[in-house]
Amino acid sequence: MSIVHCLILSALLFTVGTVGVIVKKNVIAIFLCIELMLNAVNLSFVAFSKYLNQVHGQIFVFFVMVVAAAEAAVGLAIAIALHRNRKTLNVDDADIMKW
Amino acid sequence: METLLFYLLGGLALIAAINVVLLRRVFYSALSLIVCLSALAGIYLLLDAPFIAAVQIIVYAGAIMVLFLFVIMLLDPFSATAHVDKRPYLVFFAVVLGTAALLLLYPLLKSYDPARAPHELLIPDARPGTVTHLAATLFRDYLLPFEVTSVLILVAIIGVVVLAKRQT
Repeated sequence: MSIVHCLILSALLFTVGTVGVIVKKNVIAIFLCIELMLNAVNLSFVAFSKYLNQVHGQIFVFFVMVVAAAEAAVGLAIAIALHRNRKTLNVDDADIMKW
Repeated sequence: METLLFYLLGGLALIAAINVVLLRRVFYSALSLIVCLSALAGIYLLLDAPFIAAVQIIVYAGAIMVLFLFVIMLLDPFSATAHVDKRPYLVFFAVVLGTAALLLLYPLLKSYDPARAPHELLIPDARPGTVTHLAATLFRDYLLPFEVTSVLILVAIIGVVVLAKRQT
């Protein structure tokens, strides 16, 4: 197991997450895919932290997790507000700011 | 051995991630993402990052995903209940497994002896990745970002309360 393995896995996970963000229609499913992308980045942070023998990468993972928690909370609150106002979770139906 | 474990956990994480995208129901997507996050926690353990692995399980797979599942069940109640009633015998397995877990935990809790807990708290030249080293770096070099993070969380709390409050 070398750093290349970890980076390839990280890239694959990030790609899957990106595809999910583009393909999915449900706003909560899009949030889940964003979490997937954040985790892919975390994996490469930890891999670099190990192979450069430094702890700073893990500190960054810690901060990414905090930001992800805040983002998830605010995003889910927006989803609740969207559901209350438009009775839908489909992002294609929430197009009032589109044009 | 390490490589084999990496391939196992990495494959599991990848399959679960693809499942997140492919599954139609959001509830099952969220459950699949929990599997993916847990497999990633195992990979963090292989990469000598035990603290990050623990935080991954506790904060990510625990707190954040529970929040997601709460909101999914709150907003989309029919996505979760469609398949539950067809298999009532699952309750039996749940009770058996829960009792087994409890029996496993009991000797573990009983064997805890406060007198034998480690006393040395600060090892100056600890290996990178150990919790001691991580804490020393976090609370010395990264103290200001750490404090700014608390402001970020406070802002997020206020924002969530304002957004989710019922407008009258």
